[in-house]
Amino acid sequence: MCSLGVFPAPVTAAQTLLERNNELLSALHPGEHPQTHEPLSACVSVPRFLAVGSACVLALLRWASSFHGSLFPHLTLSSDEMVAEFSQMLDWSDSALRSFAWHPHTDKFAVALLDDSIRIYKSNSSATPTLKHRCQRSVCALQWKPLCGSALAVACQSCLLIWHVDPTSLSTRPSSGCAQVLSHPGHSPITSIAWSPTGSLLVSASPVDTAMMVWDVAAESAVPLQRVGGGGVTYLSWSPDGSRLLAATPSALFRVWETRMWTCERWPCLKGSCQVRKLRKLSITVFELMYAFIYFFKLTFFSQTSWDPRGERLAVLLKGDSQAVNHPSVIAVFKTRSSPVFELLPCGFVMGEAGAEPRFMQFHPHFQHGALLTVCWSDGRISHVPFYFSSAGLLGGDSPQQALASNTADHSSNKLYTEQIS
Amino acid sequence: MIFECLVLLIAWSVLLLPVTAAVFVLLSRFSLFHPIQWISECTSLLTASSTIFSLVVLCGVVLITGLFNLEFYTLVPSIPCSRMALLGTVLHPRQCVHSLVYCTMGMLVMWCASVTIGGRYSTLGIPCRQSESGEVVTCLNEYHLFLLLAGAFMGYSHSFLGVVQNMYYVSFQPIQQYKYPRFKGCLPMVVKCSVIQSLYSARNFAALYFFFGYAPKTWISSTLHLQIDSSLQPLDSLTGLLDFSLLYHLTISGTFLYFTWYLTVLLFRIYVTEAYSFPVQSTFTEDAEQCLPKVLAETNTLVMKFFALQDLALLSQHSLSRRLEVFCLSQPGGHPHNWNAISRECLSLLSELTQRLVAHQDAVASNGRVKSQSASSDTRSASLSSSVMSGTEDIAETPRLGVPLRTPGSVFKSSVGGVHSALTAPFTPDVDSPFSSPAIRRLVGQQEPRSPWFGTVQSPHIMRRGPKLWSASTESQSNGSPPASPVTVPSPPAASEKPSFLAQWLQNRREQVKSFLAKRVLIVYLFNKLPEASSQALFADSQVHIWALQGLSHLVAASFSEDQFGVVQTTLPNILSCLVVLLEAVDRHFKLPHASSKPARAVCRMGDSTYKTLRFALRAALKTAIYKITTTFGEHLNAVNISTEHRKRLQQFLEFKE
Repeated sequence: MCSLGVFPAPVTAAQTLLERNNELLSALHPGEHPQTHEPLSACVSVPRFLAVGSACVLALLRWASSFHGSLFPHLTLSSDEMVAEFSQMLDWSDSALRSFAWHPHTDKFAVALLDDSIRIYKSNSSATPTLKHRCQRSVCALQWKPLCGSALAVACQSCLLIWHVDPTSLSTRPSSGCAQVLSHPGHSPITSIAWSPTGSLLVSASPVDTAMMVWDVAAESAVPLQRVGGGGVTYLSWSPDGSRLLAATPSALFRVWETRMWTCERWPCLKGSCQVRKLRKLSITVFELMYAFIYFFKLTFFSQTSWDPRGERLAVLLKGDSQAVNHPSVIAVFKTRSSPVFELLPCGFVMGEAGAEPRFMQFHPHFQHGALLTVCWSDGRISHVPFYFSSAGLLGGDSPQQALASNTADHSSNKLYTEQIS
Repeated sequence: MIFECLVLLIAWSVLLLPVTAAVFVLLSRFSLFHPIQWISECTSLLTASSTIFSLVVLCGVVLITGLFNLEFYTLVPSIPCSRMALLGTVLHPRQCVHSLVYCTMGMLVMWCASVTIGGRYSTLGIPCRQSESGEVVTCLNEYHLFLLLAGAFMGYSHSFLGVVQNMYYVSFQPIQQYKYPRFKGCLPMVVKCSVIQSLYSARNFAALYFFFGYAPKTWISSTLHLQIDSSLQPLDSLTGLLDFSLLYHLTISGTFLYFTWYLTVLLFRIYVTEAYSFPVQSTFTEDAEQCLPKVLAETNTLVMKFFALQDLALLSQHSLSRRLEVFCLSQPGGHPHNWNAISRECLSLLSELTQRLVAHQDAVASNGRVKSQSASSDTRSASLSSSVMSGTEDIAETPRLGVPLRTPGSVFKSSVGGVHSALTAPFTPDVDSPFSSPAIRRLVGQQEPRSPWFGTVQSPHIMRRGPKLWSASTESQSNGSPPASPVTVPSPPAASEKPSFLAQWLQNRREQVKSFLAKRVLIVYLFNKLPEASSQALFADSQVHIWALQGLSHLVAASFSEDQFGVVQTTLPNILSCLVVLLEAVDRHFKLPHASSKPARAVCRMGDSTYKTLRFALRAALKTAIYKITTTFGEHLNAVNISTEHRKRLQQFLEFKE
């Protein structure tokens, strides 16, 4: 990819601290340490004949579904492998951190750990509630409910859990009575969940189930939306205005649902530039373009992209090669602008401590002074990298000069249009 | 609108009938080893005249099912508060007619099914040879009778479960879908439900026939002068019932029967809950009655109110142009009539719910106080009995605010209003105190509610509250809230010593009777309060409140950028305080016993149980609505003129601490 050449060379020895005056500054500085617990030893003894019998039945079922599996190879994976395959966290199975989610409105985040517990950290409180539930296994995704202070949705292997964690309580171990268990036969493991931006609906997806579930959480009722093509649904994302929902499938196909009457259109995801041109013809929104990006470049090397809420910084996690020595995963950050034309300008690489690879990243949803990128590293650390800039959209704001400076500096030479990328 | 629904529904059910009939024929004649013979037999059968006749009969059945759906459906479920009330509903004349009709329809469908299956099932009488004389006589075909009786049984159980599971309650889905995708999505569920229900019914019916099958058999054979063929194995024996092919055919026919009915129910639900779009304002005066603000304010038809509020919730979220119409000013005069009418209607709905909740809490609280006082004056057993009989909470004291909304209703019912509510009101929770329930009134003796002897079997705490009810504050009764002050009766005035002694004696007798009754297990079982029922009943129609909350909050949030004339700002303090007051009432309600316990989830049922969780949905919608407004307005809320307690509560929302 020629466009990476225009990036400033990564400083390998140091950890990236922040962006100021258009430059990424680095230093040796420790990030935030979540304490990991030793895994719970959950040992349930099963009678031998039962185990053998059920294994035989399962094998028979597997064999019967092998034809289906030959059409959709992901169906032959075991439940855990499937979660690892489709989780947003890189190398999910041996990662100390299983999932991460910022609260959309306040300074608090939830982290799922290897021992299937979830911890909640708040900015101005030392209490860190630990959430444990007997159904909470193989946590694959977390998301806080928008327009709500307490509800956290957890995608587990067998079900969907909705925790109601009272923000004012000082309890460190909320009881499992605070959790609602939502499950639907045939709908597991759940690998992706998405709250609607108004907080009224929750959509969940499983790679095994061709239907995605639209939950009315308070009523605990689900409406299945079934489309057979694609063999399952792996990833879900709402557009910020709540009018569209993207649903990706394990095969080369994804769907965009409109959320008024819940009809969908299929977007086959082929290699090649004709698709990008087609997208441009459709006068698509930024949201769709962004997800089109994910799905075109996942084929090559992109693994995760995250856009800050103001739409000015785009972080891309480039997946490394596990065989090669000198190919670690890195995060490349772009400056973006969506008007008058869509632009991508290189900003730099975000580096962690020596030997640590990024596994997951997410922008803080409402950082005051620019953007704040939170990165989960392979050694179990979580670091926050602030990007200080003034928004180009707020030119009448407090420091217009600075905003102009930060956005016009390298306009002249290295423009990256979408067509050039493709 | 409703009639169009009905016509379309029946048309579609009739069109789908040949398909289901064909599937049924294929399954019933299934033979694994002769596939070609099987197919050819089925095709010849499908074109036979008997099948066509059966289809005509089935069309009649579908038509009647559709009509019954229309007659019985309700948007607000009726929730019986005790088992006695449930029993009353089941034994209600209207319900009896329903059961009778469904039994007949079940028999008709089963007759069609047995004719279609043919073979040994086809006719009621078969020729047989008598063992002694050897002459040919007509004998009773027990297989045919078995299927017919199974049809009647399934018809009755469908009708019965319709009451218990609230089959005719129509709930609205959380998302909008076009009819065809929704139908396609629900079809597997309907098939699964009918198979499961058919299996259950087949099991139950087989057990029933094993024990009581002899009676109808002898009755039929004696009235129709049919002999009983003694050479065949009787079916009401263990060996007779363990016939695989018989059970298979029973299950298949049962599935066909239930599927026909469930499909009609499903289609009806889909047609009824389809969203309807009202114009916000009209330039022509003759259409003015059809406009959203007018329909919202209308109170006599419940269905229209539901549709209007649903439309409001949808437009506030999805339609910019219609929102702008809401915010606009009237052309001559410049008044925000649309917004005023809509916000007034929503706020009145919400404050009505608040009053209902507060009244219920007061009733519960004052009950507790009265009981604790009376325990000292009465005998221990009586007070025990009273607490057993009346339960801890009593919805009877809740005044009937918002009467038009609470009557379970279809258009017809609400248009005939009075008659209907007089018929079913005894069984709706509002007037349903365990002992003042009319069912027991009927058991004890037919007494006119207005007669002076009315209330002889009143519940103890109501009696003890009696003096206060009739002597004290009439204005508190007239404005609908129950008198909250505790009773101070035990020392009656000296002037009325003599009659009060008589009354005391009467009351003691009454207490004794009641304590005697309270010890009977069956009575306690029947009259004990079902937990959660009063809570569910309070929130039975909360779907309208949820829509009102969604509509209001989204409109207010949109007004932040779209309201050019500032029409929303004038009502913002009202809206905020109304929401906060409602939130406080809801919070207090959830502190009552049983209010926050979750109902068990039904596995696979055709009956809709969404009404059981409506209170949770309302609480979530309320919090989301307040958050929607606070996050949109942010610090600007400090400029809004509201009381300090409410501001404190809203500050919690601003800091996301709720």
